[in-house]
Amino acid sequence: MSIFDRSPQARTAALLSPPFLYSLLLLALPLVAIVLISFWTQTGLDFDTTFTLANYRAIFTQPQYILGNAQNWGVIPVSLFVSATVTAITVVLAYPVAYFVSFVVDPSRKSLWLFLITIPFWSSYLIRVFLWKVILGFNGVINTGLQALGVIREPLEFLLYNLASVIITMAHAYAVFAILPIYVALEKIDRSLLEASQDLGESRFSTFLRVTLPLSVPGIVGAVLIVFIPTIGDYVTPQLMLGAGGRLVANTIQTQFFKGNDAPLGAALSIVTMLMVGIISLVFLFLNRRWLRGRS
Amino acid sequence: MMRGGWLRAYALLYLVFLFAPILLLPLFAFNDASVIAFPLTGFTTHWFQELWTTEALHQALRNSLVIAVLNSLIATLLGVCAARATSGPAFPGKRGILGFIMLPLVLPEIVIAVSLLVVVRQVLDLQLSNVTVILAHVVISLPFSIAILNGAFANLDPAFEEAAQDLGETRWGAFRLVTLPLVFPGIISSLLICFIISLDDFVLAQFLTGANPTLPVYIYGLTRFVKSLPVIMALGTLLVALSITLLVIAEYFRRRGVARAGLKDSGGFL
Repeated sequence: MSIFDRSPQARTAALLSPPFLYSLLLLALPLVAIVLISFWTQTGLDFDTTFTLANYRAIFTQPQYILGNAQNWGVIPVSLFVSATVTAITVVLAYPVAYFVSFVVDPSRKSLWLFLITIPFWSSYLIRVFLWKVILGFNGVINTGLQALGVIREPLEFLLYNLASVIITMAHAYAVFAILPIYVALEKIDRSLLEASQDLGESRFSTFLRVTLPLSVPGIVGAVLIVFIPTIGDYVTPQLMLGAGGRLVANTIQTQFFKGNDAPLGAALSIVTMLMVGIISLVFLFLNRRWLRGRS
Repeated sequence: MMRGGWLRAYALLYLVFLFAPILLLPLFAFNDASVIAFPLTGFTTHWFQELWTTEALHQALRNSLVIAVLNSLIATLLGVCAARATSGPAFPGKRGILGFIMLPLVLPEIVIAVSLLVVVRQVLDLQLSNVTVILAHVVISLPFSIAILNGAFANLDPAFEEAAQDLGETRWGAFRLVTLPLVFPGIISSLLICFIISLDDFVLAQFLTGANPTLPVYIYGLTRFVKSLPVIMALGTLLVALSITLLVIAEYFRRRGVARAGLKDSGGFL
């Protein structure tokens, strides 16, 4: 009976090997490949595989990527700004909801609330983005609705084709990702700590500020990371909401692999973007840890 | 309870915000006008009839269904292995390996899409097809499958299987006759969720689809034409209705699984 007769550890390892092998081949290997390719050059349909830093040099010296010029920011800073704004809005708006479900809702109805909150997340992302375009559009739901009600005469033009519309759409799409980690952290808080605080004379509000909020920080950190990191890679929302004009870094990457036909540059752009996101996340984690230590 | 009152009002408002876009779908799918605008003009099923007669759409739907079914089978099979390993004894590197398998949860999808595209086209020099889409979908479905199945496998008392083995069952027999029925609801739930993930995915499909587009890629093509907007609304209505139906069934089985494992329900999939 081969490996299945060995120690329990060996059996666990054998069980884990198919999914591990799969991830190795279809996740690790591709990620390595993209790092390799970023040092190559595109020649027509093929690659010149001599090692070069030209792609990275282009990203760090040409204005459209990072540096920007007098009129426009580079596409990476704009994208980071959008992701950071989306993250801040999503987390701030989500916190009271997570708090409500954890502290106010009757325990028997908690899973119903969580289920309701997750439903929109499981409907097609493309359809949801498309719906926001329809809602915010020039002849869209909001404009025609307000016109029919007589609130406005001319359509509001500021609703679509700007970064605000991208931010609204993303904040809607990633809401669930912010609520769940905060909820889990709030659920872990020992309720007797809150009673103790109030017994010792703190008000409800100061109990929240001095006990609940600090204890829920791990959930907030989780929420920030799980919204910030994926939003930087979203190219569907900007493509539909910004039209042909302004674009974010994910669109630039996508273009390199299709119309632009410069996979190495696209690869280098993905890597630079991921590194920046990674560094920002690490700095955020580090500051957070220092702040937490400073408090205790 | 003034505070609970304000919070409740806010939470309800937030739910409205979450659901508002989806609720517009049926409203305009049945509206008798070729533009998506208020006021509504009348009731029609015309847009649904149009779906019924569009051959390219049926082709895309068939494609998506085949991909989604195969994806959910493969991802859940791998997920069962990983979840059982998670609840098993530790060995060096186990946490790291599991963490790595869960990585797609936080990786931007475009990075996964781009890197797979490079490997398939440039390294292996293969043609893009439904197979490449399935391979990619399994990568992003697997973490969800594992998360769901962990709930079913965790705290499953090892004594059950040991008892079966003491009574003369083989190890496989004990797993099949004792553990499998206990985790079965979790498996159903995982199959359904992986099916939805695949059916809804656009990013990976756009990069890796071959000559035959999947349904979301087909829909994306439609969004460029103003006259097809109501048709998209009708199609979206059906898709979202399907997703929610599957989700409700998945949630039902997930809860039964958690109950069978003798756990307190912590709620939610993630």
